[in-house]
Amino acid sequence: MQIIEKQDGDLRITEDKFRKLIPEEDADLAALELPDGPLLVSLGLWRARRDELLDRDVGVFVEAEERLDEIVDDLEHLSLIALDFPHFRDGRSYSKARLLRERYDFGGQIRAVGDVHHDQLFFMRRCGFDAFDLAEDFDLEEALQGFEKYSVNYQPAVDEEKPLFRRVRRSIPE
Amino acid sequence: MYAYDEYDKQIVTERAGQFKDQVRRRVDGKLSEEQFVPLRLMNGLYKQRHAYMLRVAVPYGLLSSEQLRKLAHIAREYDRGYGHFTTRQNIQYNWPELGDVPKILEELAEVEMHAIQTSGNCVRNVTTDHLAGVAPDELEDPRPYCELLRQWSTFHPEFTYLPRKFKIAFTGAKNDRAAVIVHDIGVRLVEGDGGEVGFEIIVGGGLGRTPVLGATIREFLPKKHLLSYTEAILRVYNQFGDRDNKYKARIKILVKTLGVDEFSRRVEEEWSRIKNGALTLTDEEIERVKAHFTPHDYDESAVEGQKALEQKLENNLQFRAWHNCNTDDHRADGYRVVYLSLKTPDVPPGDATADQMDAIADLSDRYSFGELRVSHEQNLVFTDVEVGDLYELWQALDELELATPNIGKLTDMICCPGLDYCALANAASIPIAHQINERFDELEELYDLGDLKIKMSGCINACGHHHVGHIGILGIDKRGEDWYQIMLGGSAENDASLGRWLGPAIAKTDVADAVEDIVEVYLENRQGGEPFLQTVRRVGFDPFKERVYADH
Repeated sequence: MQIIEKQDGDLRITEDKFRKLIPEEDADLAALELPDGPLLVSLGLWRARRDELLDRDVGVFVEAEERLDEIVDDLEHLSLIALDFPHFRDGRSYSKARLLRERYDFGGQIRAVGDVHHDQLFFMRRCGFDAFDLAEDFDLEEALQGFEKYSVNYQPAVDEEKPLFRRVRRSIPE
Repeated sequence: MYAYDEYDKQIVTERAGQFKDQVRRRVDGKLSEEQFVPLRLMNGLYKQRHAYMLRVAVPYGLLSSEQLRKLAHIAREYDRGYGHFTTRQNIQYNWPELGDVPKILEELAEVEMHAIQTSGNCVRNVTTDHLAGVAPDELEDPRPYCELLRQWSTFHPEFTYLPRKFKIAFTGAKNDRAAVIVHDIGVRLVEGDGGEVGFEIIVGGGLGRTPVLGATIREFLPKKHLLSYTEAILRVYNQFGDRDNKYKARIKILVKTLGVDEFSRRVEEEWSRIKNGALTLTDEEIERVKAHFTPHDYDESAVEGQKALEQKLENNLQFRAWHNCNTDDHRADGYRVVYLSLKTPDVPPGDATADQMDAIADLSDRYSFGELRVSHEQNLVFTDVEVGDLYELWQALDELELATPNIGKLTDMICCPGLDYCALANAASIPIAHQINERFDELEELYDLGDLKIKMSGCINACGHHHVGHIGILGIDKRGEDWYQIMLGGSAENDASLGRWLGPAIAKTDVADAVEDIVEVYLENRQGGEPFLQTVRRVGFDPFKERVYADH
């Protein structure tokens, strides 16, 4: 499956190397077989099988409802955190991405998953997302153009440490 | 007023370009209507009952004459020759074609205006006192802080998809004319120990289905922390606000659910992590923005016009009535504030025609430093008129039908567009305003009534702020017919309170009768010069109830 992700400093269309393992709610997590290779697992599965997963190339999928508290102590073991957009209007994951980068210094990949639209990529990137699993009907080539929406940002975020008033000298009226 | 620099310009220009591209993708069929909805909503474009409605931001209600001319031009060129000023100090156009909207945005950008964040679940246009900067009872002009928040909130990447819309209002005066107590965040400029001016932060007020008065979560916030503290509030709200039920999604419900103490604890906890960070305002930045709002060059000799004014007042009853009602005190000697009433009988409250707008722009150039304000009570304001010019200005306004002497009076009604335009409305509101206007057009009667505010909404979303009207009227749909519920005792000023229902709904044809009944009971019961609200609070609801429902 194709996603957009940052590689060597650039956003590219790539083949997703992670295999998703998001079991049904009533699945027997203890008995589930963990396939080889990079894995993206649900928070529940991470919780249940943490010891086996710790030393693997692993990511955790955090639903919009779920809290970061349960993984913040494990961040050094994770190479990917996928944040959920159950609906494009649900903006909770924007805050989570910023907290992961700015408060918890997470250096791995933060991926937007779910109802991810072309016109939101700009905001997501500013909040620290560097991978994007877009909703089905968006063209990835065209979406690559969606990141450079505005060339000026007033406020600081992950991509820009300082607000505009600390970056440039703004003119004072006569 | 605030003048854009190259950065502000670039942002609105790029925004216009963005929307042009989005409209093109929609027209080409690359975007479905469903995908287009969030994009147009981010840009103040709503689908109304008959057509699209475009809401243009008027930051904290301040306009230059040049901007007003542009708004007139847009009304004439792309709409049906009029615009509607709203309770949030913005202007709405009711009939633009989708294909014209990119062009409208380009034209607006030419005069440093836009439709950014005038809808959608984001931080909306920041509003304030329409007398900011000239009011005698003001501690400090709040507009620079509104502008600082405007910039901080514009395309804020983290807070573009909040649980629900988010409204912030400021007041810098003793008397609150911005209704800060019924906003998601209300900010009061206050003096701290030692005389330093800072902010009192009030959170969780609002009208709509669940009217609530806000609660103070911080008595004093030093100025430099305005942005970081607001960011902390928004971050708590964005994470914990209700996402499942749109009627429970406003911050007021979160504050209620958590309790003020717990909510404020979370905000303080979040703030302690970001306080003193990059968002901390520098003195230089505060001074830079303040420099855009320096007082006008007032002419000290303006007081000399006072004598002639008094003579005119003596000789002309009509002029005197207008002067008493539609002008207000100014901080500078020899100047007054002038209200242009957009509540002329037979015109929907808040509407102005393109020709009126052009003429108003000319008058503001001549008499008020080329600036004007939109008030949240849907009137326009010239804030800086020399007393010696008042008579001439009155004559000109009278000619334009903008001099109805009813500011703050019964026929100065706040009223939403209602069923005539709005897709959400359950009942008409404009025809009810007409009905009440006709009944009370005996102007003398109005003066005897003192301050009596009627606010009317066509549905429970409460765009007409009926909960805080001295008399509030709410339109409801009852088996396909418009019916109206009446409440008494609301206020959004310093003595803020929410109104309570008087009794069962009444039929459309009886609304003016009911208002007249209420007014009669007031006149019979008031003591001395007691205003309406005080009488209601003193005598209670029973005498009003008895009269209104006597014949029904």
